[in-house]
Amino acid sequence: MRTALIVDDSAVIRKVARRILETANLQVSDAEDGETALALCMAEMPDVILLDWTMPKMDGYEFLKALRASPGGGQPKVLFCTTENDVGAIARALHGGADEYIMKPFDRDILMTKLEQVGLGREAHAA
Amino acid sequence: MSDVAFDFLRVYLKERSGLALGPEKLYLIESRLGPVCRRFGLASLADLCTALRMHRAGVEQAVVEAMTTNETFFFRDRVPFDMFRDVLLPRAITARAGTRRLRIWSAASSSGQEPYSLAMLLREAAPRLAGWHVEIVATDLSTEMLEKAKAGLYSHFEVQRGLPAQLLVKHFTQVGDRWRIDPGLGGMIDFRQLNLLQPFDQLGAFDIVFCRNVLIYFDMATKSDVLHRIAKSLAPDGAVLLGAAETVIGLTDALVPDGGHRGLYRKGVVASPAFQAAPLRAAV
Ligand SMILES: C[S@@+](CC[C@H](N)C(=O)[O-])C[C@H]1O[C@@H](n2cnc3c(N)ncnc32)[C@H](O)[C@@H]1O
Repeated sequence: MRTALIVDDSAVIRKVARRILETANLQVSDAEDGETALALCMAEMPDVILLDWTMPKMDGYEFLKALRASPGGGQPKVLFCTTENDVGAIARALHGGADEYIMKPFDRDILMTKLEQVGLGREAHAA
Repeated sequence: MSDVAFDFLRVYLKERSGLALGPEKLYLIESRLGPVCRRFGLASLADLCTALRMHRAGVEQAVVEAMTTNETFFFRDRVPFDMFRDVLLPRAITARAGTRRLRIWSAASSSGQEPYSLAMLLREAAPRLAGWHVEIVATDLSTEMLEKAKAGLYSHFEVQRGLPAQLLVKHFTQVGDRWRIDPGLGGMIDFRQLNLLQPFDQLGAFDIVFCRNVLIYFDMATKSDVLHRIAKSLAPDGAVLLGAAETVIGLTDALVPDGGHRGLYRKGVVASPAFQAAPLRAAV
């Protein structure tokens, strides 16, 4: 089974995202800050990470930098989530190693098409 | 709504836009034409029918457009666009090396995401197309959708659906709470109003036709007529892409499935086995 990690300091977002990802057949874990998330990744790299940008204790950018620099850290697809609707922020995230972005508040449809875009769509989890 | 009004509107819409509505779609007429009634100060759908019969200015277009479904998004279903980039474009680059001309038609372009997706792919392929004359013709019945397409302004929601982040960053700029696509991409597209029920041979011949998610609204006879005429507008070695729920099978022999590619069709030729065995690029 494919695995997903949700990294967000909002419990509400974690809950909503978890529900959507679970219906997409992913096994979900979550973390409320970058530090905890990084520890989880070191134990086992997930297939996809839904990453909030602004968090206390290691923000999304720092997390991503640390993740990509660690062994096996290039493997997870990172969907970076932002409320900033700023093309500069998106460009920075892509530059920092994110694969895709999602603007908050996101809905099921968008999350599903983004998963498909990074190769974790319907075909992928049927396999 | 009275049966008389429903029957009148059903026949009217079928004639004007090809829209085939069964009785189960009654609710669609009510929910979509209610606002049109209000806009023209009409008290009921019966009054709307009267206005249509009397050819009151603007009412016909408003009714027809209100009943169309304009749902679309960038790189919709992805596979057809991968196929365009990986199969059709390389094929065309070989087959059209002599003329260096390529004509592409987005036959129901709605708010523009389909032709703009093609334009972005062509832009990526630009080095291989240097010196080529590439034209995208984008048509739709709805003038409102065409205006939106020409404006090239999309919401946060629209740019997230199907559009890879890299392409957003590369080809869009933010304008307030919306995103404007690079006008240079718009410059590659010729947007025109066209009803597929009417003749379109004036558009000339095309190498690649995207006719996606519009035939589904038509009845069998209309589907087969439109497909037949699209085949006529197609270059001998041209390709047609239909929507995921659409097919030519049982509708026309003028187009046939192209090899193993789902959703891809080529001209049907009542030809010798030798011709059929030849790969497409050799047919030029
Ligand atoms: C669902 S959209 C499809 C958009 C795009 N091709 C896609 O696949 O995402 C259908 C479009 O067909 C247009 N349409 C409906 N009837 C038509 C007709 N008779 N001639 C031309 N366009 C028509 C509608 O205005 C609408 O924009």
